[in-house]
Amino acid sequence: MSRVEVEKKVLNENQILAEQLRERYRQQGLLCVNLISSPGSGKTLLLEKTLDRMDKNARVAVLTGDLQTENDAKRLAKFGFPVKQIVTGGTCHLDARMIEKHLADWKLEDLDLLIVENVGNLVCPSSYDLGEDAKIVLLSTTEGEDKPLKYPSIFFKSELMVLTKIDLLPYVPFSAELAKENARRVHPQMEILELSSTTGEGLDRWMEWLKARQQKAKSKAGAARS
Amino acid sequence: MHELGIASSILDCVQAEARRHPDVHITKVGVKIGELAGVDVDSLQFGFEAIVKDTEWDGLVLAVESIPRMQRCPKCQHEFRMTDFDPQCPICGEFATQCISGEELDIAYMEVDE
Repeated sequence: MSRVEVEKKVLNENQILAEQLRERYRQQGLLCVNLISSPGSGKTLLLEKTLDRMDKNARVAVLTGDLQTENDAKRLAKFGFPVKQIVTGGTCHLDARMIEKHLADWKLEDLDLLIVENVGNLVCPSSYDLGEDAKIVLLSTTEGEDKPLKYPSIFFKSELMVLTKIDLLPYVPFSAELAKENARRVHPQMEILELSSTTGEGLDRWMEWLKARQQKAKSKAGAARS
Repeated sequence: MHELGIASSILDCVQAEARRHPDVHITKVGVKIGELAGVDVDSLQFGFEAIVKDTEWDGLVLAVESIPRMQRCPKCQHEFRMTDFDPQCPICGEFATQCISGEELDIAYMEVDE
C-alpha cells in the first residue's frame, strides 16, 4: 500500500468555472455580487428597490435562483432590466455552471453590474464560488441575532452584511447591536449596512456601496488594459 | 444539505485519478474539511457510503481530517486556535486578527494498492 498526495480542491470543477467567470467579468469591468440569506430575509424586495432606484440607462442584470417557480423573475422583470430565473429543481444552492449557462444569451460587454440572488439558504451557497467579486449576506431583524454564530461560514466569506427590516426593530425582540457584534466576532473585517426596503431608510448607503464597488471594478479593468 | 454533492465531487476526483492510473487500486481517499467550510462530516460520510455502495467503489474509505480555524495576529504574529468565535489575540489583545486556516475543502491524498 502506498499513499499519493493529491492537494486538490474538492469542488475543483466549480472552482475552475468560477475563475473563468471572474476573469470574464474582470475583462469587462463588470461587478458581480452574490446575495445570500435565509428564505424570507428580503433579498427579492431589496432587489426590487435597488432596480427601482437605478438610472433607467443603467447596465444591470439579475440572475435569481430558486428551487421552484419563476415568481422572483416576474417580480424583478417589471423594472425593464434583463432578469433571468434559475430554477434549480431542488438543488439548495447555485453553482458556477448554472451561472455560465444562464449568462449565455447576454453580452457581458453590455453590463456594468450583475446581481445574483442565490437560493434562500445560509449553508450550502457558502461552498460554491460563482466568480463573484463579493458575497453579500442579508440578516433580517425577524431572525435571531445569533445567526452569524450558527452559520459562521457564510458570514465569514461575505464582505458585507446587510441588516434588513430595520423598520421592525421597535416591534421585535432583536438587538441590532448584538447581531453586529456576533457578525464581527465571526468576521472582524466585515462591512455592515442597515436598511429597510419598506421605508427606504438606509437604501441610499446601499446604492452608494454598489456604486463604489462598481467604480472599483471598472478602474481595475481599465488598469489591466493600459 | 449539500454534502451528497460534495461526496459526489470527491468520488469524481477519485475516478479521474483511477482513469489516469488504471493499474492501481485506490482504497482510501483523504480529505481536509475546515470548520468554516460549512460541511457536516457525518452527513458527508453517510452520503459517501451511500453513493459507493453496490458499485465498483464499494469499500472505498473516506478519511476526513477536520481542520480547526486558526488566526494570526498582525501585531505580534502570534498564531492561535479560534474558539467560541473570539478573534482577540490572547497575547497582545488585538481584535483584528486574520484567519489563516479553517476554510479547507480539499482532497489531500489517496491510498493505493499496487
